[in-house]
Amino acid sequence: MGNILVVAEFGEGKLKRTTHSAVTFAKQAAEALGGTYSLLLLGSGLDAAAQEAAKLGADKVLVADDDSLGQYLAETYAPTVAAIAKDYAVVVAAASAYGKDLLPRIAARTDAGYAADITEILSEGGKISFKRPMYAGNAFGVCEITSALQVVTVRQSAFAAAEPGDSTSAVEAVAIAGAGEAAGRVKWQKFDQVKNTRPELTEASVVISGGRALKEKFYEVLDPLADVLGAAIGASRAACDAGYCAPDLQVGQTGKVVAPDLYFAIGISGAIQHLAGMKSSKVIVSINKDPEAPIYQITDYGLVADLFKAVPELVEQLKTLDS
Amino acid sequence: MKILVALKRVADPDNANKVKIPADGSTIDTAGLEFKPNPFDEYALETALRLTEDGTKPKVRDGEVIVVTFGPADTESTLRAALATGADRAIRVDANDDQLDGLLVAKGLKTLVAEEKPDIVLMGKQAVDGDTNQVGQALAELLDWPMATFAATIEEQEDGLVVGREVDGGVLELSIKYPAVVTVDLRIVSPSSVYSTKTDRSFKYNEGVRFSPLPAIMQARRKPLDTKSLADLVDDTGLKINYLRFEAPPARLAGVKVADAAELVDKLKNEAKVL
Ligand SMILES: Cc1cc2nc3c(=O)[nH]c(=O)nc-3n(C[C@H](O)[C@H](O)[C@H](O)COP(=O)(O)OP(=O)(O)OC[C@H]3O[C@@H](n4cnc5c(N)ncnc54)[C@H](O)[C@@H]3O)c2cc1C
Ligand SMILES: Nc1ncnc2c1ncn2[C@@H]1O[C@H](COP(=O)(O)O)[C@@H](O)[C@H]1O
Repeated sequence: MGNILVVAEFGEGKLKRTTHSAVTFAKQAAEALGGTYSLLLLGSGLDAAAQEAAKLGADKVLVADDDSLGQYLAETYAPTVAAIAKDYAVVVAAASAYGKDLLPRIAARTDAGYAADITEILSEGGKISFKRPMYAGNAFGVCEITSALQVVTVRQSAFAAAEPGDSTSAVEAVAIAGAGEAAGRVKWQKFDQVKNTRPELTEASVVISGGRALKEKFYEVLDPLADVLGAAIGASRAACDAGYCAPDLQVGQTGKVVAPDLYFAIGISGAIQHLAGMKSSKVIVSINKDPEAPIYQITDYGLVADLFKAVPELVEQLKTLDS
Repeated sequence: MKILVALKRVADPDNANKVKIPADGSTIDTAGLEFKPNPFDEYALETALRLTEDGTKPKVRDGEVIVVTFGPADTESTLRAALATGADRAIRVDANDDQLDGLLVAKGLKTLVAEEKPDIVLMGKQAVDGDTNQVGQALAELLDWPMATFAATIEEQEDGLVVGREVDGGVLELSIKYPAVVTVDLRIVSPSSVYSTKTDRSFKYNEGVRFSPLPAIMQARRKPLDTKSLADLVDDTGLKINYLRFEAPPARLAGVKVADAAELVDKLKNEAKVL
C-alpha cells in the first residue's frame, strides 16, 4: 500500500490553486497504489487555510504551524517535510517556484528519486510511472522512481484543480523538526510583489502574451485587449529582459507553463523555449507581421499584420461582439 | 573567494525541436545536433567571473573559479572553452549521461566540495536537456548549506551574498552567508545584476556573457584540467530514476491565416467557439 503526501502551497491566508492540481495528482496516485492522501501545510497562522484544505478529500490535513515558518525558506521547511515524508510512498507539490525550490531538498534529504514537472501519472499492476517533458517539450520521458520514497512535482496546467467537497478531513498538528546549520546562514529580506489585478497566468482561460515587438507600448497595446477578454497577460523572454513588463509574466521553458482555452501570441517569433510554455493551449492565435515567423507552425488562426494596427482593431471588433 | 561552477554540456538547445525518438521509444536521438554548454551554466560562469573581479578590470581575477562537469571525454572541449572565458581550473568527472541522475551529480559535487572547500557553488537553475531543476537544491541539502535558487541579482557582502530570486509573483530577496549554493536564472547576466565588493555600483556590464579572445583560447590549453572517476566520488552509483521509454510530443498542425481582425473574431466565435 502506498499513501501520498501533498505539500500544500499557501499565501496571503489562503491555499494557492497550485495545491489543487497537486491534489488531483494525489487522488490518481492514491487510486493506483490503493492508498490515501494527506495534505501538509506549513507556515504560521494556518487556521483558515487548514479549514480550506480539509475540504479537499484528504485522509487528514497535517499542520505545522509555527512562527519560525512564517516566511518560507527551504532550509527551515525541509527538515519537517522530510520527517513526515518518511511515512509515505509519494511526496508531491506543484512545479511552482515553491515546489521546485523545496522538493529537490526533500528528495536529497531522504535519499529519494525525484521526477520534476510531470504531466501524467501512469499505472500498471500497482506500480506507477510518470510522464514528463524534456528538451523544452520536444520529447517526453516515461520514468519510474526506484527508491522507496518517490518525490515528484506536477505541472499545474496538466492536472485540473481539485474541487472542494462536502466531507471534512481531520486536522492534526505535527511537530516541527529542528533545522540544521543551513537555516542559521540564510535570512529572508523582502518580497517585491508585482501588483496584478488580472487573473493568474497559470489559471486563466484566456492568455494574451506580448513579445519584443511591443516595445514600451507593451501595456498600452495589450491592456485594452486583456480587459475586453478578461484575460491574463503573459510575455516572451525578450519582452521581460527588455523591461517592457515584469519578469514574472514570462511564459516558456523557464517561465510559466500555461494551457488556456485561448492563447494570443502577439509580436512573438515562436522560439522553442517560448513554445515549451504554451504549446498545449487549446486554440492559439498569433499576430505577427512576418508570415514566415515560426510561431505560425503551431498557430490555429494567424493574422499577418502590424500589431499596432491589428490589436486595436481586434479590440473594436470584440467590443461590438459584446454589445 | 573560491567559486565552484557546475557546467553541463547539452545537445544544442536552439535545435531541441530536431531531437528524434525512434519508433521503439528506446532513446532520445540527438544525432546531428551540436553540443553546447547548458545556457544557464554559461550564465553561472559569467556570474562567477563577475564575483571574482572588479568589473573595470576583467583580466585580473580576485579569487579562483573552478569549473566542473560530469560527462564523457568529449566534454573536455566545453571545459576548455570555460577556461578560455576566464575560469582558472577544470575538473571532469568521467561518466556518460545515462549513468547519471540529479541526485548522483549532487553527491559527486558534495565530495568535490569537501576537497575544494569553495565559498560558493554556482550553477544553472536547470539543465535544458532534462529540464529537471534539481541539482543545486539537492547539493545544498546534502551539504546542509543555505541556498538561493533562481537568482536574478547578486550583491556581494563581506561574508555572504544578497540575492534577488525570481519567484512566482515577484522578486524575493534573501541574504545568505558563505559557504552557500546559488542557482542562476536568465536575467543574472543583465548589465546591473551582479556586483562584487570590488565593482563600483555605477559600473554596467555588457548584456549577456563575455566571449573569450583568441589568445585566451590558446592559454586555456595550458590551464589544469583534472579527471576523476564517478566511483571515486560516490559510493553508491545506482540511479534512483529509471526511464522506461520516450515519446514524441503530440503533433500540432499549423492552422489557417485570416485576412483581418473581423475574420479572426468570426472564426474564434463561430468555428473555435472560444468567445
Ligand atoms: C536558456 C534559455 C531559456 C529561455 N527561456 C525562454 C522562455 O521561457 N520564454 C521565452 O519566451 N523565451 C525564452 N528564451 C528566449 C527565446 O529563445 C527567444 O529569444 C525569445 O522567446 C524571443 O522573444 P520574442 O519572440 O518576443 O522576440 P523576437 O524573437 O525578437 O520576435 C519578435 C517578433 O515580433 C515580430 N514583429 C516585430 N514588429 C512587429 C509589428 N509591428 N507587428 C507584428 N509583429 C511584429 C517579428 O516579426 C518577430 O517575429 C530562452 C532562451 C534561452 C537561451
Ligand atoms: N552532468 C553534469 N555535469 C555538471 N553539472 C551538471 C550536470 N548535470 C547537472 N548539472 C548542474 O546542475 C544544474 C541543474 O541541473 P538539473 O537539476 O539536471 O536540471 C545544471 O544547470 C548544472 O549546473
